[in-house]
Amino acid sequence: MTDTKTSETAPKKGKWTRRAFIGAGVVAGGALVIGVAVRPDNPVERLSPMVARGKGEQLINAWVKVDADNIVTAIIPHVEMGQGVFTSLAQMLADELDADWSKVRILEAPADAKYVSHDIGREFLAPNLEVPAILEPTVGGTFLQLATAMNLQITGGSFSVRGTGQRAMRVAGAAAKEMLIAAAAEEWNVPAGELRAENSMILHDKSSKSAPFADFAAAAAEQGLPNKPKLKSPKDYKLMGKAMARHDIPEKSNGTALFGIDADLPGMKYAAVKAAPVVGATVESMNVDTAKSMPGVLQILNMGDFIAVVADGYWQAQQALGTIDAKYSKTEGDTLNQDALFARYASVLDEAGDEGGDVETEQGDVTEAFANAATKVEAEYKVPFLAHATMEPMNCTAWVRDGKCDVWSGHQAPLMARKAAADTLGIDTDDVTYHNAYLGGGFGRRSENDAIIMATRIAKATQYPVKMIWSREEDTMQDHYRPSATSRFQAGLDKDGNAVSWSNIHTHLFDPQEAPTVPYYNIANHKIRKIDVPTHLRFGPWRSVDHSQHGYFIESFVDELAHAAGKDGYAYRRELLAGSKRHLAVLDKAAEMSGWDKPLPEGHGRGIAFVPSFGTIVAEVAEVDMTGAKPKVKKIYVAADPGFAVNPDGFAAQMESSIAYGLTATLYGEISVKNGAVQQSNFHDYPILRINEMPEVEVGIINGDHKRLGGAGEPGLPPLAPAVTNAIFAATGKRVRELPLSKVDFA
Amino acid sequence: MITLNVNGEAKEVDVDPATPILWVVRENLKMTGTKFGCGVALCGACTVHLDGKPVRSCSTPVSEADGKAITTIEGLAEEDGTFSKVQQAWVDQQVAQCGYCQSGQIMSATALLKNNPNPTDEQIDAAMAGNICRCGTYVRIRKAIKTAAGMSSETQEA
Repeated sequence: MTDTKTSETAPKKGKWTRRAFIGAGVVAGGALVIGVAVRPDNPVERLSPMVARGKGEQLINAWVKVDADNIVTAIIPHVEMGQGVFTSLAQMLADELDADWSKVRILEAPADAKYVSHDIGREFLAPNLEVPAILEPTVGGTFLQLATAMNLQITGGSFSVRGTGQRAMRVAGAAAKEMLIAAAAEEWNVPAGELRAENSMILHDKSSKSAPFADFAAAAAEQGLPNKPKLKSPKDYKLMGKAMARHDIPEKSNGTALFGIDADLPGMKYAAVKAAPVVGATVESMNVDTAKSMPGVLQILNMGDFIAVVADGYWQAQQALGTIDAKYSKTEGDTLNQDALFARYASVLDEAGDEGGDVETEQGDVTEAFANAATKVEAEYKVPFLAHATMEPMNCTAWVRDGKCDVWSGHQAPLMARKAAADTLGIDTDDVTYHNAYLGGGFGRRSENDAIIMATRIAKATQYPVKMIWSREEDTMQDHYRPSATSRFQAGLDKDGNAVSWSNIHTHLFDPQEAPTVPYYNIANHKIRKIDVPTHLRFGPWRSVDHSQHGYFIESFVDELAHAAGKDGYAYRRELLAGSKRHLAVLDKAAEMSGWDKPLPEGHGRGIAFVPSFGTIVAEVAEVDMTGAKPKVKKIYVAADPGFAVNPDGFAAQMESSIAYGLTATLYGEISVKNGAVQQSNFHDYPILRINEMPEVEVGIINGDHKRLGGAGEPGLPPLAPAVTNAIFAATGKRVRELPLSKVDFA
Repeated sequence: MITLNVNGEAKEVDVDPATPILWVVRENLKMTGTKFGCGVALCGACTVHLDGKPVRSCSTPVSEADGKAITTIEGLAEEDGTFSKVQQAWVDQQVAQCGYCQSGQIMSATALLKNNPNPTDEQIDAAMAGNICRCGTYVRIRKAIKTAAGMSSETQEA
């Protein structure tokens, strides 16, 4: 490829783009780039200006390029927020390509519609769709159109490896290999069937000839895209299934990794912001007498829903903002208090009775089965709102000039961020360049566009690049929260303790739809209903989304049923899962790892919980010490079947991470509302688990189905809370029906 | 003008002496490895060393650095980029996830090991409890600190 015009309109700061890091190996040389096979044509010509600008780089298809030094670059259409996806997706591509892992580099795909993956759309819109091979190209095309229309270049839902990895990265790697082999076959005048690839070389064993991929890169890009590239079977995997070291860890250990908040531009100014404490209110008046004359202050903006102070430095902006006394408009939300909200949930559920609400799933006749049951069990559970509390507070840098805009941030859906900026300014998406960086935590929070929109509005009101940073207080008080919820259950047991009816009604349903359901448990009659209770607070996906509530509700109630049946939680779940071999294997492994039957010291307890979510089956056993003033979680045993763990160490890291995230929620997590505003503001009143409270974690992985993979980032979380509260019950006989545990008196 | 000693180099900055070290380092000196997390010394993301002792730079005015040596995450590696023992242990144990808090974690761990080359589990937990990691990499932080401690004893033997 020859030099092409850069699409970046902002002045280049060598420091900013991660391309500089990746570019080290690829700036000089000849490169090759590869697209997913089901696409109608090879998009190399269209994409190269964006991703293969280095001299001599050759894009083979949309997702692979090779340069003259034989460096293979995997182009990843997902963002890195700690889940290790850059590495695991590159592993999948490089394995199918038979690339030399030590010479594989990673490039985040640009925020451009051309880098929308139909596989992302497909996994988001129809995750369980099975189609005959003959229809795959058509279906792929449809999903590509849908995904493009919806700006789906999103990272979330634990979809990356199981969706993009399985359907795009592996296919692209295999296709690139076939194209390189076809090019080598022409060059050497031998049948393609006599060639193979190994360590980024093409080999002809008969003649002992070998040459690097780079030699065939340009010719490979001219080859037609293979229709159905042959994927490896697990016995031939070289990289998949191995604990490869993550690419991003060295730069995250010496301070050079760049996050959204690290954006730096010549002449950049800083904005501190304060939004109306009650969402929906506006700034009616503000007293800026002190602020306007403070050092460094350039502009004080009443943006309606928030106030912004723009200054030479962020601290100056914050100091000035702190002196502004503002009055806000009255809203309907002003009267809302947390206790009243739970009371409202209760009255709405009362009104619904046995028949109200929306039926989500129903089988058999719960009414009759419950009426005839030998034992009846009922319980109600509650969970509060939760904030995401990413360590990197929300921030965004924007620069609006000449009818165009550049935006820098760390976002889970770069294309949506780009569109949000364009819509805010009323300009064409093509006039917005969005630059994504590492995310200092995402957990769902960075799939929202609020910070992008605010920064763009501020930038529009100024003449320079502006970096807007939220204070921790703003970050805590202006989140899109995990909803608070109440859930009620009724179950009937027969004379042997077997569950014969399961009835549930709960407030809220967001996503995924199956979160409140228990299709894996053998219960003949069940009925599950929901009722929406809207509030003015903003909701958003929070790690594991609705599974975070329903995992706790369901697995607490199952434990109550076990107790009512006079059985232990493990044995009871075994009966409920009878016949489901894969499920049982996971449950058994967790129990076995924990030494379930071995005695524990006095005052200690073990609890088990089982939640399949995001395609991964997880069972956890918690060991809790209840001899002190508050619960001490000693150890968590995790057994998980993600189908196939592409990077087992990365997978284990996600389990450890989900446990810490889930334990924070279990022990402390609570956002409450008073007079319509969130009461918590920083880590003193919204505490996060610290190292001295972190339990030991042991992870056991089962590779139960290499064809259909599950996610890693979220499924470790839902079983955590109920495993802990079930352990507390085992130790003390006290059933915890409301989180967090900090509200419970254990004296 | 204030003259600062940052990672062994003298730096002149024109700032209000009350400005927290964090913002001087990030904005004036363009060293962005030190992170803003909470602004009130509750999370440790902004940890730097003042004369070898860990401080929360978000809540320490730059005036307090007068006559003292500031060390940031950028100052830990050798000049040729070779990682310090603690940094290498962080890589070996695959600690970082999102990575945002890790500069602060590594600064706290470095200070701990300097004073106590072979800390017990309790001492590790006590020294590191001021640093929040939302990704929950704590299990690996413990391992990495032990790895780094082991590395120092091996070096002594060699």
